[in-house]
Formats: sequence, structure tokens, C-alpha cells
Amino acid sequence: MIPAPGDFVLLLPEIFVLSMACVILVVDLYLSDDERVISYWLAQLTLLFAAVITLSVGDGQSQLAFYGTYIADPMATTLKVAIYLVTALAFLYARHYLSERKLFKGEYYVLGLFAMLGMMVLVSAHSLLTVYLGLELLSLSLYAMVAFNRDAYPCTEAAMKYFVLGALASGMLLYGMSMLYGLTGTLDIELIAQSLGRQTATGPMIFTATFIVVGLAFKLGAVPFHMWVPDVYQGAPTPVTLFIGSASKIAAFAMVMRLLAESIGALQPAWEGMLVALALLSLAIGNVVAIAQTNLKRMLAYSTISHVGFLLLGILSGTQAGYAASMFYIITYALMSAGAFGMIILLSRAGFEADEIDDFKGLNQRNSWYALLMLILMFSMAGVPPTVGFYAKLAVLQAVVGVDMVWLAAAAVLFSVIGAFYYIRLVKVMYFDQAEDTTPLAEHFDLRFGLSANGLAILLLGLFPGSLMNLCLQVMAG
Amino acid sequence: MSGLPLLSFVVWLPILGGLLVLALSERVNPRPVALAVAMITFLVSLLLYTGFDQTTAAMQFQEKLSWIPGFNVFYHLGVDGIAMPLIILTTFTTVLVVLAGWEVIKERPAQYLAAFLIMEGLMNGVFSALDAVLFYVFWEGMLIPMFLIIGVWGGPRRVYATIKFFLYTFLGSVFMLVALIYMYTQSGSFSILDFHTLKLGMTEQILIFLAFLLAFAVKVPMWPVHTWLPDAHVEAPTGGSVILAAIMLKIGGYGFLRFSLPIAPDASHELDWLIIFMSLTAVVYIGFVALVQQDMKKLIAYSSIAHMGFVTLGIFLVFPLMDANAGSTQGALLGMQGGMIQMISHGFISGALFLCVGVLYDRMHSRQIDDYGGVVNTMPVFAAFMVLFAMANSGLPGTSGFVGEFLVVIASFKANVWFAVLASTTLILGAAYSLWLVKRVVFGDIGNARVAQLHDINGREALILGSLAFVVLLFGLWPAPLVDVMQSSLENLVAHVAVSKL
Repeated sequence: MIPAPGDFVLLLPEIFVLSMACVILVVDLYLSDDERVISYWLAQLTLLFAAVITLSVGDGQSQLAFYGTYIADPMATTLKVAIYLVTALAFLYARHYLSERKLFKGEYYVLGLFAMLGMMVLVSAHSLLTVYLGLELLSLSLYAMVAFNRDAYPCTEAAMKYFVLGALASGMLLYGMSMLYGLTGTLDIELIAQSLGRQTATGPMIFTATFIVVGLAFKLGAVPFHMWVPDVYQGAPTPVTLFIGSASKIAAFAMVMRLLAESIGALQPAWEGMLVALALLSLAIGNVVAIAQTNLKRMLAYSTISHVGFLLLGILSGTQAGYAASMFYIITYALMSAGAFGMIILLSRAGFEADEIDDFKGLNQRNSWYALLMLILMFSMAGVPPTVGFYAKLAVLQAVVGVDMVWLAAAAVLFSVIGAFYYIRLVKVMYFDQAEDTTPLAEHFDLRFGLSANGLAILLLGLFPGSLMNLCLQVMAG
Repeated sequence: MSGLPLLSFVVWLPILGGLLVLALSERVNPRPVALAVAMITFLVSLLLYTGFDQTTAAMQFQEKLSWIPGFNVFYHLGVDGIAMPLIILTTFTTVLVVLAGWEVIKERPAQYLAAFLIMEGLMNGVFSALDAVLFYVFWEGMLIPMFLIIGVWGGPRRVYATIKFFLYTFLGSVFMLVALIYMYTQSGSFSILDFHTLKLGMTEQILIFLAFLLAFAVKVPMWPVHTWLPDAHVEAPTGGSVILAAIMLKIGGYGFLRFSLPIAPDASHELDWLIIFMSLTAVVYIGFVALVQQDMKKLIAYSSIAHMGFVTLGIFLVFPLMDANAGSTQGALLGMQGGMIQMISHGFISGALFLCVGVLYDRMHSRQIDDYGGVVNTMPVFAAFMVLFAMANSGLPGTSGFVGEFLVVIASFKANVWFAVLASTTLILGAAYSLWLVKRVVFGDIGNARVAQLHDINGREALILGSLAFVVLLFGLWPAPLVDVMQSSLENLVAHVAVSKL
């Protein structure tokens, strides 16, 4: 069997990113340390062209390739572009951080591109095998990235934990997939959906759904499968945390969509209850435990857990509006998360990580512009208008109320009030406390420019959320 | 005239002006710029009054643009006779607040002024939004500048006070959000006017009413969710206290009139006893609490709670009055009118009292009543103003404080004699704490050496207090313009709540 030539066209973005990652790998060998920045620019160019190719290949239609293992649909196009954007931010913020710590190596960008390739495959997966392929490519690259600062003890520890628990999760997921194959006799997501759609849910099907949900919950970091999140977030170098906390969340959302919504959507009544429990636990544990943190990266890790709770709320509704709301949520959350970790990078310098909450003391005195940006990011995470975080929560709550689960919406908002406390505590530290550290902030123009654009995007999307919201709704409807 | 988007001007002019002040802060003195922005906004808002058609209850100066088409959300502004006076109150008060911070605020004045201007725009947005999402955005957005104002420029316990303020009000409003979303799923629209005509069952109405009650009761604040207010007031800088007392509390009262009553009239009727009970408790109990305060700002804060109890009492008296009249709306308007006038008048009076305390605080850096005594000997002009405002606060005829209280007391007398008996205690309690405050602070012999060195108010302070004294007396002697403006809107509201939605 020979694939049609058109299949390769659909796959062009992946092919391009793969080739470029290999090119950078080779080119980097011949660069001296002073010229290393070429690898960086090549990586950024790759992202730019990948976006161009993706947008020109995607024609708003849903098309299958390679015997139904790969799909190019509007959701994949949108999520891929979002991933490129966030990855570009992650690369940008990482650049000076790495060079100041003598970690500025081409491998960082190569691994980053491979991880991103994994995300792209995951986003476009239309078969259980492709899902798994993408997931493993993503995860393996991320394990290596977490251990990037290999001489630092916390990094290697975090990488080890991430690897062991990640492998466990992959095992769960794989077991669920094999059960699914046993039940339906196919790996194709659409055929699975057709096969399941004709029957009523039986015990084995619910058993299968459980394993898939557990595997996904591990990857998303939903309570009670969240143990790795704080350790990895805190232990990994900040740019890597940024990458895990933003771009890979978008990919995880895509995986949830492909596996839960598209393949076993017929079992929605069964997994709805599981997701309700996961979402409520995540909201509760994430928000409450975050209050006790003194380390900002760890606090943001718990905040991620609570955001995952909100994400699950949109998905569990099982409606198009709910999926669209979750998509809106994850894209905007990735932007917020990138911005927040970017701020940590901006404040840090060689030998000083600025990852304690106290390191932000008196930021308003040191530099009122970046204090304002961080304020916008924090209020956005708390879901206070006029920032985009509010509309994300609004959309999700609307989806939940739309399926007559008003009590769940009420519980969610109650927890977000608890969550507001630790976000505004950071604002308190920045605005009300006296600065202890008066070192001027890093001067790098590109870092400052990227962060400013990032922070303002949160505000502008908050003032004009209509177009992104429409895009998400259209993508899910079409 | 009607072609201009006046409401957008009063919302966005101060916000953009605030950003301008922030941007220019390093090059020019921010104070004149901020004052100019506040003055222009005030003048523009006066056009709302001159162009207002008093004969209709319909929304005026409407603007409607598509905003989030996916959710049917519109940028929809409009005012009626209830909202318009509150907008002018906001723009007027902001001018005074900018003036009041002229010399006192030395630390980061640009940020201070910008926060007030941005908040002015957001508050005007709250009063003019006709779309629920837009309303909520302004409503919550307001918290951010206030949070910073109290936290950055406040007193010693400012961090505690501001976090308490933020979380309290945030908790109150999130359930309102759920209620709004629920009504969206029922009606397919976020338009507040559509919500008014939406049919709802009794259980739904009661839940929605309670969600709104939580949001608005915290904002008003009503007993027993009032505890954030004294803390916030005591720690806030003078300008913050003025805005809090004069306008932010009114937003709660406005919420009852714009949301609770018209959206859930049957639940409001069913639960009117609850609100009346809470209001009367505020009037009587909080009145006593105010009496024993040692801190001037706390005393005025508690007095605000008691006065706002009058507002909510007046608003919800509409139901007992209708019952007493066998369902007729005849005469049911009285309490609501009183409540509205009380809101506006309390905005002036409480703002003025906080400014008076601010004048003293700037000189002595103490709010304790015991640290003062005999201020009249060294500051006679100031003493005259303070006595006038204290009299107005206790509801002296001839001041605006009298009109609202009088109407509410008459209405409560018609509804139930016991309501009137309890409500009337404010005439004694209000007079007691206000006048006792004046006695201890202003009159008597010079209390200590520091009081002896006080110098009287300067021209700027005299201008602020003088303009407030002018409006307090104006509406006390001639309340007709205020009553006329809101007449048809309130009549329409009463007619609307008289019809069951079940």
C-alpha cells in the first residue's frame, strides 16, 4: 500500500518541523559558543514557517491521511498555531536565561522542537497508535529537558520523578487503549466511536473508560494523580517549566479531545461522573494547597492543577459549547502561564532564580510597568475581569450551567474565590511591600518586548474576546 | 446632542485619562492632568442631565454594539432615572477626591490619581451597563483599583483590610455570575432588559434572588455581612473612603433596583421580611455600635451602614405597602423614592464627613476622637462645615439627609407601625452619635497642645467642603429636581414588580 501524494501535503508541517529539528541538530555541531544564537534563530524561523505552512495547508475542512491515522481539521490547525506561538514565547524567554547560566546549547531547541513535533502529532492524531506515538515523543523530549541542567540535583530529581510517573501514566493509558481495541477491534478513532455508538455501555466499556481517564488525568495533572506536578514545576529550570506549563497543556487538551470526546464520546454518561470528581478534587486541592506555598513555581504548579479542574468542567459537559469553552480556556491559560513564568525569568539572573514569592517584593518600586503586567496576569488567573481569564471561566461555567449542573458551577466559583487569595497575595507582595532586592531588571530588549506583548495580549483579549471565542466555537462546530 | 455617545464618554474618558496620567507621570505633574480629566468628565455627565427626558421610563442615551457574538453579548449602555443621578454623583465626587489628594499624597501620586480615574470610569460603567456580562466586567473590574488604593496608600493595617475587602466582595459576586449565566441559558440573551421580562418559577426566583442578595448585601453592606466596611474605611486613604462611602455602597442599592426587584419580583415579595429585618437591624443595632466608636472614621463607617439600612428598607417597603393597599401600587412608591434620595444624599454627606476627617487627619495624623477637642477655637471655618455635615447626617430638616429619611419613615408608618417605631430610632441614634462626635471633637476647650497649633482650612479644602455643603443644602431645600428625574423610572419599576412572573 502506497499513501496518496496528498497525504504528504497534509503532513507537511510535521515533515518540515522534523527536518528542521535534524538540520539544527547538525548545524549546531559546527557552531562555536559565540555563534550558538544561530540555532536559536533557526528554531524561531522554524516555528514561523511551520505556522505559515499549517495555515496554508489547513483549508477549514476535515481531511484524513495515511489510512485514517492522521487528521487535519480546523481544531488541529488552531491548536497547532497556538502551540507554535507559545513555543516561540518559551524559546524567547529561555534564550537569555540559558546563556547567563552557561546552558545555552543547541540541544535545548532541538529537544524543544521534538517535543513540539510530538504535540503536533498528538493534536492531529486519528488513531490510538498515533496518539501514543505523539505522546511518547512529547514525553521523552520533556524528560530530557527537565534534566537539562544535569549537574543540578533538583533538576535530575524532578526528571526522575517525571519519568517514573509519566511512564506509569503511559502504561495506564496503553492498557486502556488495548482494552478499547479488544472491545471494538479497531484503532481508528472514528471507527471506535461508530462501534461504541451502537451499543449501550457495558461493564467492560466503563472499565476501559476508567483506564483512559486515569491515564489522561495523570498527564493533565488532575487530583488525585497530581503528585508529580509540584515537584517537576519546582525542580525543572524555569524555561522548561514554562514550556511544560503552557505548550504541553494545549497538547494534553487535544489528547483529551481525541480520546474522550471523539473516540469514546458515546460513553460520556460514564466518564462524566469521573471527570466531575476529578474536577472538583483538582479545584479543591489545587486552590487550597497553593495558599500554603512560599515558592512561586510551586504555587503556580498548584494553580495549574486548579486550572485543570476548570478545563475538565468544560469537557465533562460533553457539548460542543463545553469543548469550545475548554479550548478557549486552555489557549488563554497557556498564554497566562507563559507570561507568569516569563516574569520569573525576567527577575532572575545567574545564581538567583527569583522563584520565591518574596523575591517579587516591592516590584512596583523597582519597575512599575512589569509589576502592572504581573498584576494583569495574576488577576487573569484569578478570573477577574477585564482580563481574559474571566471569559475563560465564564465560558466554562456557561457550559456547565447549560447541562443543568448549576451546583457544580457554584462549587467551582466558590473554589475560585479561595484561589483568588493567593493570586492577590502576590499582587500584595509586589505593590504593598518594600523592595529588598533593588538590582535592576534584566535589560534584554527581546525578553522585555515579548513579556510586554504577552501581558498586554491578556488584557486585550479580555477587552475583545469575541474573535477568539468565535474561532473556538466554529472549530468545534465544524 | 443625542448623537454623541455620551455614556461611552463618561465611561472611557476617565479610564483613558487615567492611563494618560500613568504614562505621563515622569514628565509632568499628574495632578492638573487628572483634575482636567475629572472636570471634563463631570461636565460631560451634566449633559446627561440636561438632555434627559423625564417623562419616560425607557432607557436613554442607548448605545449598542456587538461585543462577543458567540455568547450574544453586547456592548450595550443606557441610563434611566435611577442610574443617571448616580453617574453624576460619581463624576462629581471624583472631582472632589482628586482635589482632596492634591497635597497629601506624596507617594506615587500618578498611580493614585490614575487608580481613581479608572475606577470612576468603571463605576460609571456599572451604572450604565445594560448587558449582564458588561455589567459584571465593570462590577468586578472595580475591585482592582480599590484593592490597590487601600493597599498602597492606606493605614497601618491596610493589607489585612484590603484583602478582606477583596475576598468579601469577590465571594459575594461570583454567585451572582452563576445566576446571570443561568438566566442566559433560560433566555438566550445577556440583556438585562430581557432578564426583566423573563418568566421564572418560584424556586428559581428564590435562588436567583439569594445569589443577588449575597452580591448586593455585601456591597451595600447590610448587617450581618458588613464587617469588611469598617476595616476598609479605617485603613483606606481619605479619597478611598470617600469613593467607598459615596459611590461603591450605592452600587449595592442600585443592584437591588436594577436586578433583584425586576428580575425576581415574586421572590422579592416572598422574602421582603428578610430584607426589612436586616435593614431594621442595621438601623437600630449598628446605630448603637456607631455610638461607642472611638475612631472617627469607624464611627462614620458604621453610620454609613445604618443609613444604607434605610435605603434597603425604603426599597423593600414597596411590598408591605402594596399589601396594605390590597395590591394597589398607589402610594407604594414613597419608600422607594425615599431610598433613592437617601442614596444620593448619603453620597454627599458621608463623603463630606470623610473629607472632614481627612482634613483633621492630615494635620494631626490621628483619627482617635480622644486626641481632639475644641477644634472650633483654632479652625472656626472648618468647624462650621463639620457641624453642618453632622447635622445633615442626623437628618436635620433643610438638609438633604432629612428628605430621604422622612419619606422612608412615612412609608414605613403606612406599612406597619412597628417598622416606623424601629426606623425612627435613627432620628435619636443618628443625632446622638453625630452630635456627640461633634461635641467631643469640635466643641469644648482646646483639648491639647497639638490642637492649639492647628491652622484653619485653606482655599482648596474650603472649595471641596463648600461645594458639598452647597449640594447638601440645595437638595435639602429643593429636592424637586432629583425627585422629578427618577419619578417615571421608579413608577415603572413599581408597576413592574406588582405583576407576578410566575
